[in-house]
Amino acid sequence: MPDHLDEVKVANERAPVIEPGHTFATVTDKISSIVLTRPTSMGWVVGFGACFLATMMLLYALGYLFLRGVGIWGINIPIGWGFAIVNFVWWIGIGHAGTLISAILLLLRQSWRNSINRFAEAMTLFAVACAGVFPGVHTGRPWLDYWMFPYPNTMQYWPQFRSPLMWDVFAVSTYFTVSLMFWFIGLIPDLATLRDRAENKYARMIYGLLAMGWRGSARHWARYETAYLLLAGLATPLVLSVHTVVSFDFAVGIVSGWHTTIFPPYFVAGAIYSGFAMVLMLAIPIRKIYGLEDFITDRHLQNSAKVMLATGWIVAYGYAIEAFTGWYSGNRYDASLLWNRLHGPYAFWYYMLLLCNIATPQLLWIRKMRTSPLWLFLLSFVILVGMWLERFVIVVLSLTRDFLTSSWGMYYPTGWDWMTFMGTIGMFLMAMFLFVRILPMISIFEMRTLLPEAEVKPE
Amino acid sequence: MKTLPVYGTMAEFASANDLVAAARRTHEAGYRKIDAYSPFPVEELADAIGFHRNHVPLVTLIGAITGGLGGYLMQYWIAVISYPVNVGGRPYHSWPAFIIVTFEMTILFGAIAAVFGMLALNGLPMPYHPVFNVPRFALASKDRFFLIVFATDPKYDAKGTRQFLEGLNARSISEVPG
Repeated sequence: MPDHLDEVKVANERAPVIEPGHTFATVTDKISSIVLTRPTSMGWVVGFGACFLATMMLLYALGYLFLRGVGIWGINIPIGWGFAIVNFVWWIGIGHAGTLISAILLLLRQSWRNSINRFAEAMTLFAVACAGVFPGVHTGRPWLDYWMFPYPNTMQYWPQFRSPLMWDVFAVSTYFTVSLMFWFIGLIPDLATLRDRAENKYARMIYGLLAMGWRGSARHWARYETAYLLLAGLATPLVLSVHTVVSFDFAVGIVSGWHTTIFPPYFVAGAIYSGFAMVLMLAIPIRKIYGLEDFITDRHLQNSAKVMLATGWIVAYGYAIEAFTGWYSGNRYDASLLWNRLHGPYAFWYYMLLLCNIATPQLLWIRKMRTSPLWLFLLSFVILVGMWLERFVIVVLSLTRDFLTSSWGMYYPTGWDWMTFMGTIGMFLMAMFLFVRILPMISIFEMRTLLPEAEVKPE
Repeated sequence: MKTLPVYGTMAEFASANDLVAAARRTHEAGYRKIDAYSPFPVEELADAIGFHRNHVPLVTLIGAITGGLGGYLMQYWIAVISYPVNVGGRPYHSWPAFIIVTFEMTILFGAIAAVFGMLALNGLPMPYHPVFNVPRFALASKDRFFLIVFATDPKYDAKGTRQFLEGLNARSISEVPG
């Protein structure tokens, strides 16, 4: 091979998934010591405290909502779906990256996922929990939410299964349940590791209870691996279905800007886009603070950046088709929606959305951007803002100006809207703070399988 | 001193490779009631100890079919028999609208069956187990590999089995009290 080709090959050599020099023991020690022996730092206490206060603010806003009703929010006819639905779609989209990483990348044998799947799954759970708050309280009488589930009752009434809102109930609750089981099953062998290594008696008891007596028997591992693969196989269509069903909430309606067939794939791509942005926003500070650069290497950052670049273009394609349809369909309502987006009262936010979601992320084509944690962190933030604006544009813009000019209106969020939204961010981060402190944030046993010494040579 | 009944004899190995080789030889030597322990899944190990009857896929399939059928029949019963609502003259049995909940129920029941089926077949939760009596077994969740021959094996004999295991490149041998 000529010399220059060799050089090209070296230049293309990617960063390793796990830094060399690690053994089973060092991997175990490094990850479990974060939970077991590392003292609680001042930074953790301050961060947790701030997020705890934000969660209290959420409870206060919700308490007042229960007292006064949804009138405290900025919603009013014609805009019945305000922040609550925007935030719901945003949070549930963020949740998608966790299952994508843990299930789809597992089936595709992308072993680099092993060091980020655990906290991405935790992120999914917490994001879906935040998402679940909104439709729950948005019903107006949240204490009657259980009416959405089909159960025999004295009113002789049953839910209406032809409604996309019912589909949503089933899709989101299935998604949460399956994600929770997937996450917990993945934790069991690591909980056994913590049980065997904890010095504190109570810690040993709690980890021991949760580990359920896992002892790593070959029979158990065989069934475990089968169950894990099957769960991944089941979760793969599930994760693609959840945002599809969420998009049906819109697409089945007749409002311009909602009633379009491109919504399912475009929503799923947007979900993965924002999910990876959130993964990076969490992974970058975590690996720095806990010194986990050996496990969450530049390779992980680069791969996530590439996923964002790809899904970002699918989202851009979605915007282009929406605009094209508005023009080409000849439907005057679709055309007026397009005009409204470009020149209407919320036009500024539409241009911001294009800037955040399409223009700025193109910086990811540059290799330096993909390898710089600081730039990736900032770009991820921009993408998260952009994806939130996308949902705002879809939900609010379409509703403010529908078919009848006489029923046009404007939407302005109130302080309660903002408090609820910021409160869920606080609750999400509080859960993440607790998670990194009490559970292994990287899958220890899956990291062991990445080491060369884990290989069994055929006889 | 009271003599405890013996649960089995356990050998410790330093690598997955050694454990798989030792498990194979133990199985070839005619021992059938054996088990191996590793800190991460080792694909070859189940085969080496002669474990082939994995029922998790079947349980999952049954769960998924139950969920799918149950989900569809539930919607059919509700929308056609128990609570028919005429929405703009659409048929009561509007099956395309029922597909999504059917799909979600298939996934949900399949996943629940996979998880709980796996735990049940593994006999978990079982917080206490005789192998935990061996102090060094705590390393089975870190970086050590163990092989056990249960005392219930017809070929088991405390002395002979110990000698056999010693010949397998084991780092240490211990008797597991019952």
